[in-house]
Amino acid sequence: MRQAKRLVGGGAVLVLLLAGAALADPDHDELIVNGEIEMIVRAPAPPHVENLDEIISGWSFRTDETQALQMDDFDNPGMLGVERALVMFDTPMGTAGQACSSCHETPEALRGVRATYPKWDEERQTVQTVEMQVNECLTERMGAEPLGYDSTEMVDMSALIASVSRGMVVDVAIDGPAQSTWEKGREMYYTRFGQLELACANCHEDNAGRMIRADHLSQGQINGFPAYRLNNAALISVHNRFRGCIRDTRAETFEVGSPEFVALELYVASRGNGLTVEGPSVRN
Amino acid sequence: MTGTWRLAAGIVAVATVASAQAVIAPNAVEFDEYGEVAQSLTGVPGNPDAGKEVMATRSLGNCVACHQVTAMADVPFHGDVGPSLDGVADRWSEAQLRGIVIDADRTFPDSIMPAFYKTDGFTRPGDGYTGKAAPADLPPILSAQQVEDVVAYLMTLHDE
Ligand code: HEC
Ligand code: HEC
Repeated sequence: MRQAKRLVGGGAVLVLLLAGAALADPDHDELIVNGEIEMIVRAPAPPHVENLDEIISGWSFRTDETQALQMDDFDNPGMLGVERALVMFDTPMGTAGQACSSCHETPEALRGVRATYPKWDEERQTVQTVEMQVNECLTERMGAEPLGYDSTEMVDMSALIASVSRGMVVDVAIDGPAQSTWEKGREMYYTRFGQLELACANCHEDNAGRMIRADHLSQGQINGFPAYRLNNAALISVHNRFRGCIRDTRAETFEVGSPEFVALELYVASRGNGLTVEGPSVRN
Repeated sequence: MTGTWRLAAGIVAVATVASAQAVIAPNAVEFDEYGEVAQSLTGVPGNPDAGKEVMATRSLGNCVACHQVTAMADVPFHGDVGPSLDGVADRWSEAQLRGIVIDADRTFPDSIMPAFYKTDGFTRPGDGYTGKAAPADLPPILSAQQVEDVVAYLMTLHDE
């Protein structure tokens, strides 16, 4: 009796889960930005992502209306941050009297950066994010104060740096000296944090495509970051998003810019190897 | 004003204690090998209406984040991470449902469903949704009576 009940219960679970997944699957639309930048929103999963066959951009999980906002720079509110950063790029900052453009001429000179970061830094013997690299330039080359890791100026600058790599295939290195950091990030991804005991993988690997209350769960890829979130009316950094997701498991979060989040960023970025850089993207 | 309210709450508490067993603490709950919990956590019969409220409220059960319930169609945005709860009272006994709400892992090993009446064994537990560290005496997500209320509501979910 008890066993029979259990089996019936189990069968219902399976059928309903399958039905649910079919209802809310990501769509098969193509993403071409400004009619010219062709994005890869679906790609075969790289071999180091053991539990997925296909990797899918977060863009494919959004509604047609939200998707449309990312298809043209005039509609993309994240591009306002890019414009603010363009001014900063040419503005001398710090005691050396230099601007970013004193060394890098134009933002386009930084094309390719977003696609390969976070990245091992030989001199500093650590994995660096784009934000850490920007602060290295500010403090060590320009004699300026570092920007807050999650400040508006920093997120704008990271949006500018992402924007010039749009359409490039994400190709983050996970071997060599970066490997131990990557492994630390992978361990975090599968750790069930907080009083709700939920791991990143529980939501973004096991349940991508399903609904969790009003949210359509994506694979939690970061190829679109920074992302302009309509709910916040602001550009949001990768670490800000991580902090929100961990907080929502009723956990004590990690700080933006912490070694833990740098490791997690390296790991999550590598799960997107094969997708294209989309930042700044638009999300709800 | 506050004083009167406190007094009233005090009387209710006294009345509850007088008519019931002592509340079973989270780490004193007894599960059988299938994850069932036969004994009520409070001895006070659950209130299904209060249970429905707990299931809909984000800061409490937030069960609809993951489950669809036809009888709760007035609550917007049901998720589908878990199975529909329609007809659960026909599929499970009260003891089974109590066990699932208290700690679903005992019924479904490695379940993604959170344990609603558990206070230890967590990795970096927080203080609710603040992102800050949990206090030393972290309360369970639901109180003993809220668990009983939810179970009472689940027991109303028959097919048809
Ligand atoms: C309780 C479920 C849950 C857990 C656990 C969770 N997330 Fe999320 N996450 C969401 C929801 C809901 C969204 C918004 C919808 C979406 O994009 O998936 C989101 C969005 C994201 C995004 C933005 C994706 C995009 O394209 O805009 C990233 C990145 C992300 N999560 C990473 C993580 C990481 C890393 C972890 C673990 C530290 C994690 N999440 C844990 C629910 C969760
Ligand atoms: C984060 C997701 C999540 C939340 C929140 C959640 N559940 Fe579940 N629940 C599940 C999953 C998934 C299952 C299926 C069992 C499994 O695979 O672990 C389940 C199974 C169940 C079952 C057995 C259903 C059946 O037909 O076999 C009941 C009853 C139940 N949940 C009740 C609740 C109640 C009541 C709450 C809130 C107090 C709740 N759940 C909150 C995910 C969740």
